[in-house]
Amino acid sequence: MNARQGFIGQKVERREDGRFLTGKGQYTDDITLQGQTHAYFLRSPYAHARIQRLDTSAAATAPGVLGIFTGEHFKAVGGLPCGWLINNLDGSPMKEPKHPVLADGKVRYVGDRVAMVVAQTLDQAQAAAALIEVDYEELPPVVDTATAKGLSAAGQAVHDEAPDNLCYHWGIGDKDGTAAALASAAHVTTLQFRNNRLIPNAMEPRCANASYDANADSYTLYVSNQNPHVERLLMCAFVLGIPEHKMRVVAPDVGGGFGSKIYLYGEETALVFASKTIKRPIKWTCDRSEAFLSDAHGRDHVSHAQLALDKDGRFLGLKVDTTANMGAYLSTFSTCIPTILHATLLAGQYKTPKIWCEIQAVFTNTAPVDAYRGAGRPEATYLLERIVETAAHELGLDPAEIRRRNFITEFPYATPVGLTYDTGDYDATMRRAIELADVAGFAARRAASQAKGLKRGLGYSAYIEACGIAPSSVAGALGARAGLFEAGEVRVHPTGKVTIFTGSHSHGQGHETTFAQVVADKLGIPMDDISIEHGDTGKVLFGMGTYGSRSLSVGGTAIVKAVDKVIAKGKKIAAHLLEAADTDIVFEGGEFKVAGTDKKVPFAQVSLTAYVPHNFPHDKLEPGLNENAFYDPSNFTYPAGTYICEVEIDPATGHTTVERMTAVDDFGNVINPMIVEGQVHGGLAQGIGQALLEHGVYDNETGQLLTGSYMDYAMPRADDLPSFTVETAQGTPCTHNPLGVKGCGEAGAIGSPPAVINAICHALGVKDVAMPATPYTVWQAARAAR
Amino acid sequence: MGLQITLTVNGEPVTKTVEANTLLVSFIRDTLRLTGTHVGCDTSQCGACTVHVNGRATKSCGMLAAQAQGANVTTIEGLAAADGTLHPMQAAFKACHGLQCGFCTPGMVMSAVDLVQHHGCRSESQVREALEGNICRCTGYHNIVKAVQQGAAAMAQ
Repeated sequence: MNARQGFIGQKVERREDGRFLTGKGQYTDDITLQGQTHAYFLRSPYAHARIQRLDTSAAATAPGVLGIFTGEHFKAVGGLPCGWLINNLDGSPMKEPKHPVLADGKVRYVGDRVAMVVAQTLDQAQAAAALIEVDYEELPPVVDTATAKGLSAAGQAVHDEAPDNLCYHWGIGDKDGTAAALASAAHVTTLQFRNNRLIPNAMEPRCANASYDANADSYTLYVSNQNPHVERLLMCAFVLGIPEHKMRVVAPDVGGGFGSKIYLYGEETALVFASKTIKRPIKWTCDRSEAFLSDAHGRDHVSHAQLALDKDGRFLGLKVDTTANMGAYLSTFSTCIPTILHATLLAGQYKTPKIWCEIQAVFTNTAPVDAYRGAGRPEATYLLERIVETAAHELGLDPAEIRRRNFITEFPYATPVGLTYDTGDYDATMRRAIELADVAGFAARRAASQAKGLKRGLGYSAYIEACGIAPSSVAGALGARAGLFEAGEVRVHPTGKVTIFTGSHSHGQGHETTFAQVVADKLGIPMDDISIEHGDTGKVLFGMGTYGSRSLSVGGTAIVKAVDKVIAKGKKIAAHLLEAADTDIVFEGGEFKVAGTDKKVPFAQVSLTAYVPHNFPHDKLEPGLNENAFYDPSNFTYPAGTYICEVEIDPATGHTTVERMTAVDDFGNVINPMIVEGQVHGGLAQGIGQALLEHGVYDNETGQLLTGSYMDYAMPRADDLPSFTVETAQGTPCTHNPLGVKGCGEAGAIGSPPAVINAICHALGVKDVAMPATPYTVWQAARAAR
Repeated sequence: MGLQITLTVNGEPVTKTVEANTLLVSFIRDTLRLTGTHVGCDTSQCGACTVHVNGRATKSCGMLAAQAQGANVTTIEGLAAADGTLHPMQAAFKACHGLQCGFCTPGMVMSAVDLVQHHGCRSESQVREALEGNICRCTGYHNIVKAVQQGAAAMAQ
């Protein structure tokens, strides 16, 4: 195996699996500290209520109780910050009501944090919480996304600062041009959408363990989180006022995130605050029922869309009006999901010349809504790929043909909604998907189904997404309150072994393997000589964490840049050892060589020289071989592909079986195809889950969550899904990062829901079926279509 | 008022005092500090806490520790050979990339061993149906199903 090409592109088995398969993983709840105490949160049973009286006196004297904390304790500190400022169409800023650590006089959703009890044991904390007396004055709740804004007249404002429950009213594109396109079009396809609310359900519930060291006046927080440095920055700088150097955040093994563990939550903030008072470590582990109530949810958009076409099916304009549910408070990245990560994706893979999108974000008495796998891009893709397929059926065009007629074919391509795609070949991925899905054989399969009294349908989805939100300067201009770079450090040890520190965080993605493959190839050394460290602000210089499929394209690139610096310095050391000019040294296969000669020195000898600098160019260089780099991308990356779903429906029961799910993705270059395919599989399951099974439902009258357990919220299980046909091999490399990678973490969840629903609509011959297409929904649609 | 229980865990005899209402999963995690067995829900749905009790897969959140009196309990920590060689099912999960975040994995592997040993599951549809009591959010089950089939073949050898 050629050293340069040794690991990149190989299905290398994961290095992290050994500990996970033998029970040696270390998740936050597995950590028990000396003197451990336990916290329990008393949560609101009401969706909307004023707290008239809160009496903790009986609870305070209950056995084992060490402290009780309420909103009173947090009056002097900041609220949980929102990381993205969105301005209204008139230029005024969005409404940004305080998001208190613990409820301050009012509760705004079922599960809102009212008090925290800290006790010797969890049972004692829970028992004491039952003794807290709270008098609530119930208020009518605002629940439904579509009507939230209209409820202002009833005096149901979730926040006094937003009397009409409107957080912002934002728009992007060409309003007049789009209106003109719609007015003059040969055909206009119109659809209404409800993108169903989802509850993320990482299998490891959220968990935190906070402690305070009085001697050092410093805090340590273990927390199940996707971006420990961001967690630290937000908690220290915006809420508690703790100096960052007095706070260490460790996110050890994390059992899945899917977005829900990006955010700064009130629970861990309260734990850190209380740890100084209690003077002992405090642990809190969310139970699943609490997770349903209190994790940030996803999606929940209501949209109206119109697509204008000419007589040949060419797109002339797209108009979208979306109402996005923010929930009761603005979670960390909530505001950028319907805007920056949704509206900007509405060009999709198509040359639609005119687009206008308006977003109204509303407050409701429901759990905060934020990024969930895909975050805005699934909502955009669902809307666009449903309306394109519907237009094809209305015009009597083949769904593949209408897409082909509208595909962007020249790059770079500036869309009318703010993005510039660097590269892609949409026809190639669609052609390959059509082959793999055996679309040619569909008619025969449909006839066979028909003979059994079953309905069979085929649905397409040609998605695009934007990953690795960047560059920071553009994000800043769009309202981001954080940078969106990544940091990496390469610490070469004297013996030539290497420790990599990355600001990315792995919670299932396999960074310890993929990143080591990259570095092993770059340095020409074995993977066993490389370890990957992440998830600890005490070790890693900085980081923005993992979300938006950014780890490899942004975090991996930061590592590559640091490796390049190591090689550059190594060349100078080698030149000294080999008595050659710096410019004559080349590095290949783990050796520094004088070009055109047989003089060479291995990597480990250069590293040893750097740390034992007896014979060393001290006049030019410092000893040591340790470099770091920050990488701020010049653009998003744009993974794209075509998904084709084939379903079979029993019209008697409404049961839908996904018979085939084919996904062809262009992720650019692929480092570890096994891991990439696994990411697509997981995304497909979540996307099919959204299309067929999952729905976070609140009761409109009371604001109670009706889907608060695995008995009521339909998680996809093994027998709900087929095996998938996934191909990621052929791609157009990203043009602006050195690895040529684009990101693969979210594609499956983005591309699949419209493919499933398109297939169901095709099977039944109906225009629309709402998500989730449960048997009852499908049965009704089938009956109506008869 | 505690109860004294004696049982075998991963081949070692254990005698401890537990509360009458202590769940087996809490006993395993908190008393014995065997933290490979996980808690993913509170309604006995997710299967992350699956262990073997007298050789049969059991959700350890659905059983009291006191009910394990005299039982032979195996957790994920006790599945590999004493020399560290992975059980064929563990090895198959690694080879097939049948895990991502690893949180559901111990329960998934313990269930998989049982469904091969006692239910003779081999075909894809049998494996999918038999895994209904274990939820994974990462893998989409595609590679788990492959791993169970591969592990079953290896166990048969």
